[in-house]
Amino acid sequence: MENNTVLKIIDLHKNFKNFKAVDGLNLEVKKGEIFGFLGPNGAGKSTTIRIILSLLKSDSGKIFFFGEELTPNSRALFSRVGALVEKPDFYLYLSAYKNLEYFSELYGRKFSKSKLLEILEIVGLKGREFDKVKAYSLGMKQRLGLAQALIHDPELIILDEPTNGLDPQGMREVRNLLIDLAENHGKTIFLSSHILKEVEGMATSMAIINKGKTIVQGNVSDLLHESQTKIFIETISSADKLNIQDTSFYKISKIQDNRIELYATKKDIPKIIDDLRSKEIDIYSINSVNSLEEYFIKLTGDGHVS
Amino acid sequence: MFLRLVKLELFKIFSKWRTYIGFIAIGILVPIIHFAMLAEGQTLIEVSTRVLRNTFDFEGELINGYMVTRIIMQFLFINIPLLITLVGGDMLAGEATSGTYRLVLVRPISRLQLISAKYIAGAIYVILMVIWLYILALGLGILIFGTGDMIVVRYAINIIPASDVLWRYEIAFLYAIMSMLVVYTISFFFSSFVENSIGPIITTMAILIVLNILNLIDIGSFAVIQEFFFTTHMNAWILLFEKEVNYDILLRSTYILLGHVVVLTGATFIYFNKKDISS
Repeated sequence: MENNTVLKIIDLHKNFKNFKAVDGLNLEVKKGEIFGFLGPNGAGKSTTIRIILSLLKSDSGKIFFFGEELTPNSRALFSRVGALVEKPDFYLYLSAYKNLEYFSELYGRKFSKSKLLEILEIVGLKGREFDKVKAYSLGMKQRLGLAQALIHDPELIILDEPTNGLDPQGMREVRNLLIDLAENHGKTIFLSSHILKEVEGMATSMAIINKGKTIVQGNVSDLLHESQTKIFIETISSADKLNIQDTSFYKISKIQDNRIELYATKKDIPKIIDDLRSKEIDIYSINSVNSLEEYFIKLTGDGHVS
Repeated sequence: MFLRLVKLELFKIFSKWRTYIGFIAIGILVPIIHFAMLAEGQTLIEVSTRVLRNTFDFEGELINGYMVTRIIMQFLFINIPLLITLVGGDMLAGEATSGTYRLVLVRPISRLQLISAKYIAGAIYVILMVIWLYILALGLGILIFGTGDMIVVRYAINIIPASDVLWRYEIAFLYAIMSMLVVYTISFFFSSFVENSIGPIITTMAILIVLNILNLIDIGSFAVIQEFFFTTHMNAWILLFEKEVNYDILLRSTYILLGHVVVLTGATFIYFNKKDISS
């Protein structure tokens, strides 16, 4: 195993009676990556995350954190991991501060008041830190969930839908915070999200799973560049009068008015421009939109993700 | 680390309103019984000793703090377990209900550590509850009624000298702690199976009520079955107020109660350690 491998899963299996929730899943997450973990509903994402965090027992398979195999005797590894699994639930009868103090002390040390308040400020709960959590909105609980995952300065942060319930401003703040943690603090982030645009904008690597198996894993830009994505081209003159045929590097999907839709890989965009220019077509704009979504649907066969 | 876990669990227990229900109930009930005895106790004693007064002469004050405490213990020994289930049944299921296992068990603590800390914290709550009862029942009883020889009317009349009473209460309250721990352990056991604390609380209460009713059936052949009820052995503290304490029976009941604690705690630990956390 490479030294910079933070999380490795080998041939993981988990059945619920006759249902194979995880069926020989393999994954590898490297240090400093923002790793997107995607899959349609029921693909086994939450089950996998729960097994990684030892909330569920696997039927077979191995999990390695920082090169060390996870066993019942290696609980100390979790001092290097921060996690937020599914919806953020807390002790409603305690304040956010008391909740954070409680969860932080489970790491076996007492954190200073200033440290606790600092992390609550970072996640945007300043001014509400002493309110009981029962008065919190989902978005505020989500922020507190992030705070409890970050309080002990973990090397690996596992987050399941971290922007769920947040307003657009909050989503952006969390995204920026995660990017900052990865880029400037060397943290590794394992991110499960149903917002493909979010993963596309943040993740450096990703895995798509379906029916408990890894379908594809790799660098996000490599995967998207190698895959056929939908490209929209706006031309200055009406395009439907032009004689444009499929080529070896693009396939026409639709031509209407001054708009061309075609399938190609991102890396072939310069060639497409050259080809269209050679046909004296003036290009106004060119975009590849929802490329991850297209890629995801192509691989999994439906657009429903959770 | 383990002590810190116990402390954190205690902090959670005492941050909940339901924790204080038992303390408040005892704090209200015990003084009420005391004042009822102060107002009507003499009449009550005269009625219960009417037949005996034909044969014996009773001199001096029969009601004293020791006697009232025994009456309170008899009243509350049936009801306090119901209060204890409120906390015991919530210990594990409450965590599942609130969804916080997902945050607690992803930290560098083992399930065995967590459940041990929870069990001990809950046991401390039970002990504090019995101590609270001891202080209120005996302390307030002695303060209001004073001390003196203790008359115990059971199958015969026992008159226990005042100097011979206190140690009996000390052991009786230790026995009460163990009995309450059995009830706590049962509710803790049921609490490990479900994700809502209502189930274990009601199940434990139902078991207590049914067994207590069955204990009241005074038919000779039924006594054989009653031997298997933990509630039968919980009542063995009464033996401490016989003139000659039957330690053989008392010890046997003690071992049976301890057996319940060990077996049920062990089963809870094994089950919880293998359990999938799906809440």
